[in-house]
Amino acid sequence: MKTDDLVAMLAAGAEVEDPRYVEKRFAVALAAGLAGASLLMVLLLGVRHDLMQVMATGMFWLKVSFPVAVIFATLSMTTRLARPGRSAGPGWLVFAMVLGGFWLGGLVTLAAAPSELRLGLMLGATWKVCTTCVALLSIPAFGALFWALRGMAPTRPRHTGASAGLLAGAQGLLVYCFHCPETALPFWAIWYSLGMLMPAVLGAALGKVLLRW
Amino acid sequence: MHDTKERSPVEEHLQAWLIAGLEGDAVAYRRFLDELSKRLRAFLRKRLFHSQDHVEDIVQETLLAVHNARLTYRADQPVTAWIYAIARYKLVDFLRAHLRQDALNDPLDDAAELFEQSAEQLSDARRDVAVLLGQLPDRQRLPIELVKLQGWSVAETSDHTGMSESAVKVGIHRGLKALAALIRSQQ
Repeated sequence: MKTDDLVAMLAAGAEVEDPRYVEKRFAVALAAGLAGASLLMVLLLGVRHDLMQVMATGMFWLKVSFPVAVIFATLSMTTRLARPGRSAGPGWLVFAMVLGGFWLGGLVTLAAAPSELRLGLMLGATWKVCTTCVALLSIPAFGALFWALRGMAPTRPRHTGASAGLLAGAQGLLVYCFHCPETALPFWAIWYSLGMLMPAVLGAALGKVLLRW
Repeated sequence: MHDTKERSPVEEHLQAWLIAGLEGDAVAYRRFLDELSKRLRAFLRKRLFHSQDHVEDIVQETLLAVHNARLTYRADQPVTAWIYAIARYKLVDFLRAHLRQDALNDPLDDAAELFEQSAEQLSDARRDVAVLLGQLPDRQRLPIELVKLQGWSVAETSDHTGMSESAVKVGIHRGLKALAALIRSQQ
């Protein structure tokens, strides 16, 4: 086929396209990811029984603000990276600041605590399962985001995969917050970060393969 | 980052045609792809002096990629930068598959260079996209042949094939993506 014929073929029957295609596809992926994670949590872990009481506390909302802030930062990055010729933008910086903020908070809490309580603040009661649970709950979001990205054109597959993985991890964490009984900043800073990091590393590793076009 | 006051005529034309194309104007969209293929060709000829016979293949592959990625274009972004990123992605893919590592040193320096010159087609593509099209399953091949090559409407194609109109559209969309994947797998 000559290039002229290919051009004619591609142009034939051009239709009015949806200018919000990218945003809509991400919205669908985000909804699917959160719904999937919620379903998994209800089925496998259950909602914490004292949710109503803890929802009245500031600590609960501080906890929730961690994944929410990471979701905003990484959603901005991922949607930018989905389009050829765009950089990740300021999302990395926002993410770094959020992470740094929580780590700093964790360190300050540890420093202020009596030494015999420090280990407990870091390990809580659930440190062995927390990271795995967050990673597990991020699976639906991971799948949905990679599905969304495969309909787009990321030219930096590794960055895009990492960013999407982090976004999936943050969604998993957000849902996990409604189960997780831990209330200490140092615990969140360590295990929640690790939980989000797992899908991010996986995303970076799989980006080259899954996001080719 | 990008100044709107310094927009080149190429940028202005290409953007106007692409945006009109995305609003359903097939004539403008064809102009866009035509102009793009000339620019790509001139650029690749200069760059790929050791593999001139691949130039037309990469032109075609990039055109298909631009078409498949058209919904990722945002009107507030310079169209030249968007195309440059796609062309670069495809060229690096090609170089990685065909050439030695030392040829990988930054195949494109910047977007401006891609749009410096334009060239008419002289040689044929080595790979025949029509043959690859024939390898697609019927539900993708038929809509593409009837709508995109024969110029039928989606409704006519739907009547003729017994597929629903949305299945025809999905078939075209997925078919063109599958075509790009076939081209990639051949490298």
